[in-house]
Amino acid sequence: MSEAKPTRRHHLGYGRWTPFWFLAPAVFALLVVGIYPTLFALATSFRRYNITRRSDMLDGFPFIGFDNYLTVLSDRTFWDSLLLTGQFYLTVVPIQIVLGMAIALMLHRPGWGFLRTLTRVSLVVPLATTYAVVGLIGRLIFNRDFGVANQFMGWVGISSSDWLGNPTGAFIAIVVMDIWQWTPFVALIFLAGLSMVPVDIEEAARLETKSHWALLRYVQLPYLLPGLTAVLILRSADVLKLFDMVFVMTRGGPGAATDLVSIYVQRVGFKVFDLGLASAQAVMLLVLTIVLSRIYIRIFYREIEA
Amino acid sequence: MSRVNARSLLHAFGLLVVLAFALFPFYWMVSSSLKDQTDLLASPPVWFFRPTLSNYQAIFADQAVTGAVLNSLIVASATTFLSVLLGTPAAYALARFEFRGKADLWFWFISNRMVSPIVLALPVYVLSRQVGLLNTYWVLILVYLTFNLPIVVWICTDQFRSIPRDLEQSARLEGATQFDIFWRIYLPLGIPGVAVSAIFAFIFSWNELLYALVLITSQSLKTAPVVATNFMSGYELPWGKIMATGTVIVLPVTLFALVVSRHMVRGLTMGATK
Repeated sequence: MSEAKPTRRHHLGYGRWTPFWFLAPAVFALLVVGIYPTLFALATSFRRYNITRRSDMLDGFPFIGFDNYLTVLSDRTFWDSLLLTGQFYLTVVPIQIVLGMAIALMLHRPGWGFLRTLTRVSLVVPLATTYAVVGLIGRLIFNRDFGVANQFMGWVGISSSDWLGNPTGAFIAIVVMDIWQWTPFVALIFLAGLSMVPVDIEEAARLETKSHWALLRYVQLPYLLPGLTAVLILRSADVLKLFDMVFVMTRGGPGAATDLVSIYVQRVGFKVFDLGLASAQAVMLLVLTIVLSRIYIRIFYREIEA
Repeated sequence: MSRVNARSLLHAFGLLVVLAFALFPFYWMVSSSLKDQTDLLASPPVWFFRPTLSNYQAIFADQAVTGAVLNSLIVASATTFLSVLLGTPAAYALARFEFRGKADLWFWFISNRMVSPIVLALPVYVLSRQVGLLNTYWVLILVYLTFNLPIVVWICTDQFRSIPRDLEQSARLEGATQFDIFWRIYLPLGIPGVAVSAIFAFIFSWNELLYALVLITSQSLKTAPVVATNFMSGYELPWGKIMATGTVIVLPVTLFALVVSRHMVRGLTMGATK
């Protein structure tokens, strides 16, 4: 890229405005469908704007400063849903990392070539499954009367329960479905990391030590750390977004047992139709997402940014 | 020697466990879709039964389901086409031109991918109602660009960078314009990347639920995931039809995903891990 100094541009066969024409359609599209609605939400978040309340409309959706933000900040349910989202993250991600690592190591280990390939390819299935359909499958598997989860429990001597009907059971059920869907993602990232270890270094280390642990700790781990960071950040953005599967499985219930932040914000917006309040919540989520994506970009694309 | 064999058997056993874990919910959905109502409601569930295609006959006779699959097909194809149409020239510019703010622009494209639909759903709902786009294919086709354009731009920028520059230089000596170079050289040679990004865009759009749920209220325009979800109301749930619909939704995208399985991780991490 470095040969393309602005002063030599005429040698490169394109004018000052050429890049603009190539970029304009995509940039314009994203401005219209992404940025404009975001700005609209930002503007709405400073107004009293409930479209089902006639008085708001008659008053011309009055400007009320930071009132909506103060309401959100003092709203217990919002904080509870954010806290629950955090709990969900802290439950699923460590399990996915441990299982993902174990699966990656098994897939990396030589031997059983065909079975290994088959297993690796099968990991794509959970990743591609429509999130809403994962929720449908979850409702069947965790059904109280004819769900296979209770059958499995029976095999190990645990009595049946109404998974989706009690708070702990429902939380466990969405955790299990998320682990099913996203562990393959973590495993494939770690597998990519393992395959980055130069073969001769790994061979030499295997001659040095019989300990798998030492091999993992001193040889493979450095190659796994970027993937681990990617997992931690991307999964947190995903968990903030998580809606489809939980909405289909539990609608946030029973009570508020699975009321993750996206489920709650959706309800305030589309059941209560308080746009001002919902926009304030959305803006706060967006700020959180922007912080996450800046961190992600900082870590992974540093060399390009420099 | 026996120790080695024991380890090797353990390895195979572990792989089989992973295989079963990865495929079980999918298998359970497909097998449930082949059960009649008696077998479906058996408690404890039955693993061996006489398979029947009656659930598939029921959903293919159901206008709501066939219409929804068609709607999904239209929306996902159109948004995929549009994101390739808009995204590939942008990717070409980011891959081959130098200009101020290029890195920032690229990051901006990429970071759109992380924005939660929940943030945009409400303002898009209000705005599209104002301009009369609510309850049209267009609103979904356009709003899906927010996650499809980043993936197309990212994968294609990477692909275009890998195309040797000599080809373009000789073309320029023969008087080709920049557009010719993009259209005649980069696009044809970059087809593998373009195809992978198109498949990703199609999968993401096909699977999307939240926008489709809130932006489309008219029965005849609902997409497949929404219709499948709507079966979930009422007391006596038609589990056979639900699982058959689920299978019809999941099967085509799973096949697509298997085609791009080698690129799956790169696509999902936007290339952070190579």
